[in-house]
Amino acid sequence: MESYYDPKDLGRFQEIGKEAPELARKFFDYYGAVFAEGELTEREKSLIALAVAHAIQCPYCIDAYAQACLEKGSNPAEMTEAVHVATAIRGGASLVHGIQMRKAVEKLSL
Amino acid sequence: MESFSATLEGHGLTLRRDRTATLQVNVGLLCNQTCRHCHLDAGPGRTESMSRRTVDEVVAYAGRCGFDCVDITGGAPELLPDLDRLMEGMAPLCRKLMLRTNLTALEGPDLEALIDRCRRLGVTLVASFPSLSANQADAQRGRGVWEKSVRMLRTLNRTGYGRNDTGLELNLVVNPAGAFMPPGQCGLEARYRRDLLRRWGISFTSLYSFANVPLGRFRRWLLSSGNYDQYLEKLSGSFNPDTISSLMCRSLVSVSWEGLLYDCDFNQAAGLSYGGSPTHVTSQSAAPPAGKPVAVGDHCYACTAGTGFT
Ligand code: SF4
Repeated sequence: MESYYDPKDLGRFQEIGKEAPELARKFFDYYGAVFAEGELTEREKSLIALAVAHAIQCPYCIDAYAQACLEKGSNPAEMTEAVHVATAIRGGASLVHGIQMRKAVEKLSL
Repeated sequence: MESFSATLEGHGLTLRRDRTATLQVNVGLLCNQTCRHCHLDAGPGRTESMSRRTVDEVVAYAGRCGFDCVDITGGAPELLPDLDRLMEGMAPLCRKLMLRTNLTALEGPDLEALIDRCRRLGVTLVASFPSLSANQADAQRGRGVWEKSVRMLRTLNRTGYGRNDTGLELNLVVNPAGAFMPPGQCGLEARYRRDLLRRWGISFTSLYSFANVPLGRFRRWLLSSGNYDQYLEKLSGSFNPDTISSLMCRSLVSVSWEGLLYDCDFNQAAGLSYGGSPTHVTSQSAAPPAGKPVAVGDHCYACTAGTGFT
């Protein structure tokens, strides 16, 4: 194995069903239903997916949802804002834990 | 990738012409822009342009055929010296006369006269407006094009085009700014309608979104950017047999600046002649007959992907 990540693996995603077909079917059905037009448009859902892909740093998802966002009519400025939303939440999540640090420090300090 | 004709065969399909209702006139390759997705390689350096003689021959052909609709395209048709002659000649011969515009070529001293003529003849304007994002549009069409396009859409609205109360149709055409599929037309039209009105006070009649066709300058870009194979796979993988019955080549015939016939503008770019060999309008006494096979190539996958290009 030359690399842990191979772009071609994305196209093989369905193979995950080989050992547990029923679970895979349920997952892919659910996945399809999640991304179908609902209260949110497909375009909005793709932007959320793009942001989440950056938060979890999944290269497959970033590749897939960068293309999906363009195909749903989003532009790079909107996509960049979505990535900033992920960044703000990730950064904020770290920073807000600073309060725990402060509480620990307060308890230990004179 | 399987060839387009093999895919048709595999589905037990043939592509044959229906009644020819539309004549699309490509007046030449001269254009003020050098759009990177252009399937024709049109641009400011091109000299191919319809002569007055060919204009008259094409108008006479339309007179013999009785088309419902005549659709004038290019290059930039605004740059054709005899555009007024072509429009005046065609208007009485058809129910609907369409003029394609990239919006920026409308600018100039003749704008008012051209708009007046379009209004008087009831011409439908079909304008390229690829993105709500200036960066995306300019990357496709050239620096500053987006801003000029917005300005021109507002001018057209002021003259009555694209407004509900005038009957003057202003339709927008959206092509993706790259090697990806176009968004679904319905959602996109609703978003453009809302955003163009809210941000710039612009209204329009209808919006059409089309896939970029892998020919001409766009094909070269696909190859040099390493996107060609993946793009063709994507188009061919999205082949939808239901699109075949309503493909535009079934009801349209395209004529080049030289007066030669093709099944569509893309076949013109690909050099695939109507009927398999160069056929001039002067040799034709009637419109192409129903039942005649359409010449096809792998670029046809752009018309049959997803919901199709009709
Ligand atoms: S490119 Fe499209 S319109 Fe032209 S012949 Fe092929 S399928 Fe028909």
